[in-house]
Amino acid sequence: MYQIVGKKSLNPTVTQMEILAPFVAKKALPGQFIILRVDENGERIPLTVAGCDRVKGTVTIIFQIVGASTESLNHKKVGESIPDFVGPLGRPTHTEGLKKVCVVGGGVGCAIALPVARALHEQGAEVTSIIGFRNKDLVILEEEFKACSKEFHLMTDDGSYGRQGNVVAPLKELLEKGETFDEVITIGPLIMMKFVCAATKEYGVKTIASMNPIMIDGTGMCGGCRLTVGGEMKFACVDGPEFDGHLIDFDEAMSRSRTYAEFETHEREKTCNLFKQEVK
Amino acid sequence: MAKFNMNPLKNPMPSQDPQVRNGNFDEVALGYTAEMAIDEAKRCINCKNRPCVAACPVNIKIPEFIAKIAEGDFEGAYQIIAEDSSLPAVCGRVCPQETQCEGKCTRGIKAGCEAVGIGRLERFVADWHNANCTTQPVPGPRNGHKVAVVGSGPAGLTCAGDLARLGYEVTVFEAFHVAGGVLVYGIPEFRLPKSIVQKEVDNLKALGVKIETNMVIGRVITIEELKTEYGFDAVFIGSGAGLPKFMKIPGESLKGVYSANEFLTRSNLMKAYKADSHTPIQHGKCVAVVGGGNVAMDAARTAKRLGAEVHIIYRRGEEELPARREEIEHAKEEGIIFDLLTNPVKVLATEVTDPRDPAYGWVAGIECVRMELGEPDASGRRSPKVVAGSEFTIPVDCVIMSLGTSPNPLLKATTPGLETRKWGEIAVDEVGKTSIEGVYCGGDAATGAATVIAAMGAGKVAAKAIHEYIQSK
Repeated sequence: MYQIVGKKSLNPTVTQMEILAPFVAKKALPGQFIILRVDENGERIPLTVAGCDRVKGTVTIIFQIVGASTESLNHKKVGESIPDFVGPLGRPTHTEGLKKVCVVGGGVGCAIALPVARALHEQGAEVTSIIGFRNKDLVILEEEFKACSKEFHLMTDDGSYGRQGNVVAPLKELLEKGETFDEVITIGPLIMMKFVCAATKEYGVKTIASMNPIMIDGTGMCGGCRLTVGGEMKFACVDGPEFDGHLIDFDEAMSRSRTYAEFETHEREKTCNLFKQEVK
Repeated sequence: MAKFNMNPLKNPMPSQDPQVRNGNFDEVALGYTAEMAIDEAKRCINCKNRPCVAACPVNIKIPEFIAKIAEGDFEGAYQIIAEDSSLPAVCGRVCPQETQCEGKCTRGIKAGCEAVGIGRLERFVADWHNANCTTQPVPGPRNGHKVAVVGSGPAGLTCAGDLARLGYEVTVFEAFHVAGGVLVYGIPEFRLPKSIVQKEVDNLKALGVKIETNMVIGRVITIEELKTEYGFDAVFIGSGAGLPKFMKIPGESLKGVYSANEFLTRSNLMKAYKADSHTPIQHGKCVAVVGGGNVAMDAARTAKRLGAEVHIIYRRGEEELPARREEIEHAKEEGIIFDLLTNPVKVLATEVTDPRDPAYGWVAGIECVRMELGEPDASGRRSPKVVAGSEFTIPVDCVIMSLGTSPNPLLKATTPGLETRKWGEIAVDEVGKTSIEGVYCGGDAATGAATVIAAMGAGKVAAKAIHEYIQSK
């Protein structure tokens, strides 16, 4: 069993948890992910590692409440445990030798972008961070990003906080101004990453996108996480989860990510109703 | 001694009615009664050259255990099997007996005659033991040496069991949340009930074997660290086959296309066939399963039980189907349609063009061509050729690709000095020794996709080699 030793709500739909998992904490690197199950009947859900404390043996995860499993996870309290927590899986982010990087995060993806930005900052790279959210209530990790960024942009879709617009606007302005980056690293909703990659392609700036497709085992056995990258089939769990953003078929990835959309909504409503009953 | 039973045919296996069982996940075969087992055991004439023993990958003393059954000493029979096999209840169900022990049986040589039902008898004995013997094995004296086993499938469990019996402190590392490997994620409940696998795992635990789940060796601990930091004297890799193969035809990334591994893992391991599972699975109306092996049969019969019309699409003919005969027969009885000498060329999508429409990007059919068999090639197999202009479409809403697997690259990538063969299988000698001292490997990780019993055989051979290696150090 893996104990929950810390829990914090970052916004109404995003929760941060610290899980006691010493073996994973010892090895996890930015860009890698874990798979957990909330209970014995639970599905296996992949979540990218948001941080870890090698001394305390804890791993930080940040998740958005999107389906039945994340809903159940969010109902777990500090001191309670989850039965399964496996990792680290996937390849770590390649940060070696990077001197000037733009990190573009969107929504809950910022939770995964942050450790990457931090690692780059700690190795002495110059980091520009652009993070975007739907509105003010959903903003997370603003201070943490500022602390490791030389330049920082915060966007909201509705303009309720920061600047109005999406993350592509400031990115394009920077590139237009002649700003150069060794790499752009983008983590967030597929549609956002698609447009980030389209923008950087125009300027020929190498761009890495972190993918989080549906998967079961996370070790290369099921093939559910397959993507088309440069016309070739790749498995996100063993070949990724990060890929050259200019080669990813985002339209296909978006379609595949919706395979169980109907089931998810239904299951989540069932779970919500279950919790409502418990409260009564 | 009772006289032999000279009936040319096996006692038939009592089974659930095909039209009932294709709507449930309960075990298909119900097993012999004691009377049937004794009657069947008497069909063995205890012939001199014992071809069955040589044809068994773990050389179970078959005539001896059958003789015990004939005497009514079922526990005695179990003990004889247990000397050579750690998973009899599993093998009695999933071994391809017709190409192994039963394929060589003297009673089956003459036309119209059937071999002794060795597999059915093995299953009977193992089930009888599990139902009637509550005594669990006890760990013997420890010899102070530690061995790590990577993977808890048939190779790993066999290796672990043999080493534990020799006095080693064995730890099995499993990547999934339950032990059993392909026995739990791959083979369906209706063919191998998971309670049977659990029982075998519990027996190993009683022998003192430690099982650590949720441990992906290579990532969380490397092979090197197992030897140095964690003090294991030797490591056995039984990590299984790995990455599913696809056909590289258009449309394989559409929603509704699964690898057999994914489809079966969702259903078996994650229990998606049960209403209370949180893991989704597509309940197709019409499903095409591409491939002709045991895994294809399992996927097809699972899809059938989830309510679909199911087509097996296979490019060669009936005789070339690589699956066990019994699985093919069962699949046919259950109403699976076999489209043989047929090969897919394209998976077709729904005609919806708006990506926001929920119907966008789903499978709508599979375009195939007819095949004909040419002359036998160097391997003796008749290679299939496309019949020109024979394109046709089967309307389906789900496609399951069951084309085998290629080795998982994870251990190769994280273990410097671990040599692999051409297709990525871990290179081993005849006893399972790899290119790294103290590291052994067996099962699908070394051979590519094969059978449960072959993996068990490799686990057994490697256990012996590991014992010799550690004792000679």
